[in-house]
Amino acid sequence: MPPDIEAIAEQVFVALADPSRRAILAALASGGPATATDLASRLPITRQAIAKHLGLLAEPGERRRIRYRLHSAPMQAAQQFLAALARDWDGRLDALRDHLDK
Amino acid sequence: MGFPDRIERVVEIAHPPAKVWAALTTAEGLSSWFGNEATIDLRPGGSARMTWTSGHIADMRVERVEEPTVFGFTWHIYGLPDDDPRRTYVEFTLEPVGVGTQLTVIESGFAQLPDDAYHEAYDGNTGGWASELGELVDYLDAA
Repeated sequence: MPPDIEAIAEQVFVALADPSRRAILAALASGGPATATDLASRLPITRQAIAKHLGLLAEPGERRRIRYRLHSAPMQAAQQFLAALARDWDGRLDALRDHLDK
Repeated sequence: MGFPDRIERVVEIAHPPAKVWAALTTAEGLSSWFGNEATIDLRPGGSARMTWTSGHIADMRVERVEEPTVFGFTWHIYGLPDDDPRRTYVEFTLEPVGVGTQLTVIESGFAQLPDDAYHEAYDGNTGGWASELGELVDYLDAA
């Protein structure tokens, strides 16, 4: 069964809706894979809060060694949604009409 | 149905189809209202390119040429990586209305997924991408 692109996009936007999660995702995008400890040293968010956001990926004893990385495919699904919103055919058709009226 | 696959606009233009056709299908026309510079090889399979002073470049592939009523091309989905094979299809349809033209533009294909979505998405990871992201979001939401 193919993945549901709308469900994927929705999950990305839910993830992006929170400022702390945006900061974590932005840090992973700009700096690459990182542990919760790395993220805490770079962000104005406590390690505990980061751990809450990143959740229970592993057993507590291992968690600090887990390196989180972004999966770009879901982001690309969300990007397709944004691309449709950003196409601006209204502006282009106005420009076409203005050009023809000259 | 919240994911927009298709954009459609219909506008009335107070100029005959031949003039609108020239604006849509010639380098001179395209560079006057769409890009800052344009080149076009107007035949199915031909290449067209628009560039903007911002540095943005749009490469198009001409798909349908039925002068002066249908002009169609495909182009890259803005924001996806350059090597992503997905393209949207844009089709202009011109119909004479009195001395003017009814111009319809339809761009479709935003919601498509590549055939090899599973392979590209997770590089052999056993989970599907939906479940992967679902887990990521669950982790992010966990508190």
